[in-house]
Amino acid sequence: MKKTSPMTITEKILASHAGKKRVAPGDLVDAKIDFALGNDITAPLAIQAFKEIGARRVFHRDRVALVPDHFTPAKDILSAGNCKLLRDFAREQHVTHFFEIGEVGIEHTLLPEQGLVLPGDVVIGADSHTCTYGALGAFATGVGSTDLAAVMATGRLWFKVPGSLKLIYHGKINPWVSGKDFILFTIGDIGVDGALYQAMEFCGDAIQRLPMASRFTMANMAIEAGGKNGIFEPDDMTLEFVKTRAKRPYRIYRSDPEAHYSEVREYDASKIFPQVSLPHIPSNAKDVRDIGRTEIDQVVIGSCTNGHLEDLRVAAKILKGKKVAPSVRLIIIPATPEIYRSALREGLFEIFLAARAVISTPTCGPCLGGYMGILAEGERAVSTTNRNFRGRMGHAKSEIYLAGPAVAAASAVKGWICHPEEVVKRR
Amino acid sequence: MKIEGRAWKFGSDIDTDAIIPARYLNLVDPEELSKHAMEEERPEFIKDVKKGDLLVAGKNFGCGSSREHAPLALKVAGISCIIAASFARIFYRNGFNQGIPLLESPEASEAIREGDRVRVDLSTGEIQDLTQGKGFFAKPVPPFMQDLIRHGGLIPHLRRKKSKVK
Repeated sequence: MKKTSPMTITEKILASHAGKKRVAPGDLVDAKIDFALGNDITAPLAIQAFKEIGARRVFHRDRVALVPDHFTPAKDILSAGNCKLLRDFAREQHVTHFFEIGEVGIEHTLLPEQGLVLPGDVVIGADSHTCTYGALGAFATGVGSTDLAAVMATGRLWFKVPGSLKLIYHGKINPWVSGKDFILFTIGDIGVDGALYQAMEFCGDAIQRLPMASRFTMANMAIEAGGKNGIFEPDDMTLEFVKTRAKRPYRIYRSDPEAHYSEVREYDASKIFPQVSLPHIPSNAKDVRDIGRTEIDQVVIGSCTNGHLEDLRVAAKILKGKKVAPSVRLIIIPATPEIYRSALREGLFEIFLAARAVISTPTCGPCLGGYMGILAEGERAVSTTNRNFRGRMGHAKSEIYLAGPAVAAASAVKGWICHPEEVVKRR
Repeated sequence: MKIEGRAWKFGSDIDTDAIIPARYLNLVDPEELSKHAMEEERPEFIKDVKKGDLLVAGKNFGCGSSREHAPLALKVAGISCIIAASFARIFYRNGFNQGIPLLESPEASEAIREGDRVRVDLSTGEIQDLTQGKGFFAKPVPPFMQDLIRHGGLIPHLRRKKSKVK
């Protein structure tokens, strides 16, 4: 039998969805889409475009999700109008996965939790953080509203096959370090365009020990390095996560050992300590101990990056029996109703409330300066979100420091940015 | 297809929150949206921008969110073409889909100054700085993509193709 050319997991998924035996970086392919999503910001433009091209029906009523999560519960009249537009379109098209208040969560945590996006899928979403689903071993990438309209109409989209950047993490994981610290460290190393147009493939023994929540966090921020997608090979942990949730069959793909990579980088995990990305660019990552005393006004724990149950547990471990510093406002946002309920049941809310935190309904809200915690001029926030661009969370003269939930919770207690060990004893 | 206009110069890593802050994303009227284009990055931009002006930027232009409101706001504000050292990939797709041609040329991005008169030929990829008398080359825009730009973006382009078939 003739040996086929080796491929990466990204190339294999794209090849199979384009009906080809093999693809190589740079090839343009027309691929079948397994799942598509839009939110209350991007879907209104997509629905308008869908109607303008004269499309009648969405390609598959079970394979489109409309998730009003950004400015919801509707923060103003214009936002309410946008949600109504999604709701009406979902009804008219009999779209199965429209999420109303009470069911809606942050899209990139909600869809994997509900088993709607699965290993081996090609997923597009009109949201840049669609790359999150790569944690499941899917090819997932963000597009604009016009591309979403095209997919809703046809179920297909063209792609340029990306080259792959292999990122290997070896060794022991330090206390209080999570996927957030790995990815901030990596973006600090390669820069905000270090993976431009490329697939970021995360692997190594340290990755195999990372829980799913951390993998979602890392894939989520591939876009912050300019990546087209982030991806992990499915393992036992992935299958454990998927098996009770999957609503349809899925397929596992793995990179061939001889697959070609545009670049391979190796990191010693034992040298990665809790990270903070300073304003105003995510690549401005530093070891938290190397930052001088930086007083803060607000802390946000949540978002598609760090609103998982695991993230809330880490925050609770630090906040237990403590109070948020009087000068600090702490906003905690569980990403989905399921996470909200689990956190409540586990007693995490009791810890948060006793610490003087406020707990919000699931929403993207403050991450993009929508609502639920906007910063005033000159204010400084530590946030577990993914972007610290100038003015992203409010006033153009406010500042955002990105961190994981451990650093965020510890900083809320201290009143300035600090290592978790300054607040709790070594684990 | 030729474009000529005055250049607005921006730096590297201009993100989509700078192009159009998220707090305006509840606006559905493109005219209203465009009034806030670049408002914090360059408050004078929206007051002084003229139809046909070009935007020249450094590397990774349009990084961040997938909001198509970003190229839409720039288009409605009057921007006819964007030249950058490189583009973030979602913005690159969205730009063409909205009918704005995007050209990658690190040399042109470096040399062109604020206010220079610039002429671009999409068919050849030639970029001329008429003020400084300098020339540069980017990859040409293929004919079907020029059609898409002439028609005002992918959606009007598809609608036109459809009506032709009928």
